Amino acid sequence: MKIIFSFFTVVLLVLLAFLGLKIANLYYLFGVIIPYAALAIFIIGFVYRVMKWASSPVPFRIPTTCGQQKSFPWIKQNKIENPSSTWGVIIRMLLEVLAFRSLFRNTKTESRDGKLSYGSDKWLWMAGLAFHWSFLVILIRHFRFFAADVPSVIHLIESLDSFLQIGVPLLYMTDIVLVAAVTFLFIRRVVIPQVNYISLIADYIPLFLILGIAISGILMRYLFKVHLVGVKNFAIGLINFNPVIPEGVGVIFYIHLFLISSLFAYFPFSKLMHAGGVFLSPTRNLANNSRMKRHVNPWDYPVKVHTYEEYEDDFREKMKNVGIPVEKE
Amino acid sequence: MATKLPKPDELSRIDYTPPKKCWMDTPAELKPGMYCWGAKAKNLNVVGFPNARDWSPAEEDWKLPKEWEGTVLEGIHDRLSKYRSFRLFMDVCVRCGACADKCHFYIGTGDPKNMPVLRAELLRSVYRKYFTVPGKLFGGLAGARELTTEVLKEWWYYFFQCTECRRCSVFCPYGIDTAEVTMMGRELLNLLGLNIDWIAGPVANCYKKGNHLGLEPHTIKSSMEFFLDDIDTLTGVKVEPTFNRKGAEILFVTPSVDLFADPGTYTAMGYLMLFHELGLDYTWSTYASEGGNFGVFTSNEMAKRLHYKIYAEAKRLGVKYIIGGECGHMWRLVNQYLDTWHGPADFMEEPVSPITGTKFENAKSTKMVHVIEFTADLIKNGKLKLDPTRNDHLNVTYHDSCNTARGMGLLDEPRYVLKNSCSNFHEMPENTIREQTFCCGSGTGLNASENMELRMRGGIPRANAVKHVHEKYGVNMLTNICAIDRATLKASMDYWVPDVSVAGVHELVGNALIMTGEKERTTDMRGEPLPGKEGDENETV
Repeated sequence: MKIIFSFFTVVLLVLLAFLGLKIANLYYLFGVIIPYAALAIFIIGFVYRVMKWASSPVPFRIPTTCGQQKSFPWIKQNKIENPSSTWGVIIRMLLEVLAFRSLFRNTKTESRDGKLSYGSDKWLWMAGLAFHWSFLVILIRHFRFFAADVPSVIHLIESLDSFLQIGVPLLYMTDIVLVAAVTFLFIRRVVIPQVNYISLIADYIPLFLILGIAISGILMRYLFKVHLVGVKNFAIGLINFNPVIPEGVGVIFYIHLFLISSLFAYFPFSKLMHAGGVFLSPTRNLANNSRMKRHVNPWDYPVKVHTYEEYEDDFREKMKNVGIPVEKE
Repeated sequence: MATKLPKPDELSRIDYTPPKKCWMDTPAELKPGMYCWGAKAKNLNVVGFPNARDWSPAEEDWKLPKEWEGTVLEGIHDRLSKYRSFRLFMDVCVRCGACADKCHFYIGTGDPKNMPVLRAELLRSVYRKYFTVPGKLFGGLAGARELTTEVLKEWWYYFFQCTECRRCSVFCPYGIDTAEVTMMGRELLNLLGLNIDWIAGPVANCYKKGNHLGLEPHTIKSSMEFFLDDIDTLTGVKVEPTFNRKGAEILFVTPSVDLFADPGTYTAMGYLMLFHELGLDYTWSTYASEGGNFGVFTSNEMAKRLHYKIYAEAKRLGVKYIIGGECGHMWRLVNQYLDTWHGPADFMEEPVSPITGTKFENAKSTKMVHVIEFTADLIKNGKLKLDPTRNDHLNVTYHDSCNTARGMGLLDEPRYVLKNSCSNFHEMPENTIREQTFCCGSGTGLNASENMELRMRGGIPRANAVKHVHEKYGVNMLTNICAIDRATLKASMDYWVPDVSVAGVHELVGNALIMTGEKERTTDMRGEPLPGKEGDENETV
């Protein structure tokens, strides 16, 4: 049900773009207005969401410590998994963001004849990493469309990405990896009963949307061969706030663009915000040093307590009888 | 109790197949043996908690206050603005499922709502409905649902099936910590008087009498006198601790249950013997007579109210610093909360060991040293005479408690102390120790008796690992540095691995410690004959 709903939502988006162009000729809407609006929603929404999180304080220092604490010089501290300094935290965060450190720990619990075992399970980590990195490379590659003179860095990335030298135009590895990884992530969501059980529509929509973007992009590059100079003029126009609708760019390009716009507009309302959220996670981005350096809670307030005086009033005679010293005789 | 605990082989048959029906449409079925009794009005009234009343989870009517929905929603709003962790963890989960099989309660029950991700979704779904745009607009399509009595009961059932052990947060790519979610869930329930009595009772005791068990000052002294007699019988050494003594250099604070119930009492005896042998200038307090804090299992405010006593007493007595005993959640609080709540502790001095001169740099702000750190430093500097062969009848393994492992990182110090106190030590498998340690199954105030099935189920992963080293290396002693562990692992071992006993690390230290002027020991603290001394037993009888 959830899968079908999500799938047809994305199909509907494709149809919308197709019909909007083929029947209603809404080139300006799909080529200019929607992309600008989507980008605006993305930027404003993203910033808003991050600010919203940041507006809630971190009252307590609650890192999840995943290694030995700092205690004595003769006990080796794990300075990354249990950082006590800012540098340790920075490295911990870099590993988390760039290499998905925590997911790398993943294990699979298995029960045989009442005996539990915890085997290493790196598939999710591998697929997640492959997906995110190839997505990033593809995104960077696309900057070639927005620059009149393509920077050499992008040329380098392109040539690395296509070093297999297959086909014309050259096949990018990241295209294959992205589709494979997203497909894997989708399949595991369907076939692993527990993951299937927890999945929401909001988990399937991004997968189908990204798959739609990837497929339309691949079709454009390898099959339909859209008019590249037109696309480039269009992209440069957009980025210079001087949009032009080029002649002879196929409808597949607009479908690709519309799906990307949809993803951008959807982003700030969705779980995809984990991209910003991961940096703010208090269990990862704080040093475990709260016995060395006091952490202050900005909303701390006085609480009602039971004082020693009240305690002694309750038990004075009993204390005196057994020789425990008291304040008031 | 009405329900009987099933046999181990029956309990270990667990079905992990999720039901066909969507979890949102499946109200929680409260199974006897899996939950605790509701909090009694008298206990909530002691600390002035709202909506105190006698109620029973088994009844249909939970006597909810009028307009309780408003109270809960306001409570969520308030906490979203106070805790970044809560706001963030409501938003960033991608439901990748990495946490699912990391939870001891999920492994032990197969109930999908015990997967950390789904436990959080119970609350997230309501958050979406009332606090997010997609949830308000699209409801169920956006994973949102209304707050109803069924949802509330589900919260109660499952937030009291989480021990806030944080194992899931080790594996989460965003560090989402179910402990934070459960804490908020329990705070919200507490606003409606929906606590459990096994927590509310100790909280009331601790507030008025200084400790969870409600031991009054004279009782503390007299139970200690039993220990002193036992030590005298065992070693011939007369130990004379002091109570509430002004001018002592050090205040010692430890969980009260170690003064009351086996096997924690042997750990307490270990402390007494160690401090006596060192000639340490220290005092116990009958007012600050609890290191643990069941308040944290109800609300942050209550936790702060209970932990107040420790610094207040240190100030009144004029001590230089504090040593804290072996306890799990106590040390999460000392490490991550105490100084923030009640600091700065500038009326004390930066802790220095009077025996070795070592500065405890890592505790220079809280002025609170873990007794394991203190002892490890003594051993490292050769200040203790230990005879590990006295523990040769023990084959030892070590259970990291959740809080000292994942909320502190006290991992190698206890191992160092153990390896110097006994000769036979074997680690459990690597995915079950250190930061990946499994909960005993009964933390966060769930160590009652009416929920024994839940406890035994939650204890499966830990017991399984113990069983492994028991069969492989003949391990017969499960050591730990947590008072709740000492109480709950004993029950879990009796049920799952009956040949294994449970002890605090300082029990082994006490047994190995060669004390000045002691007579030849023939037994350990438990009265078990020492290795090579089995024959002597008959002579002394």
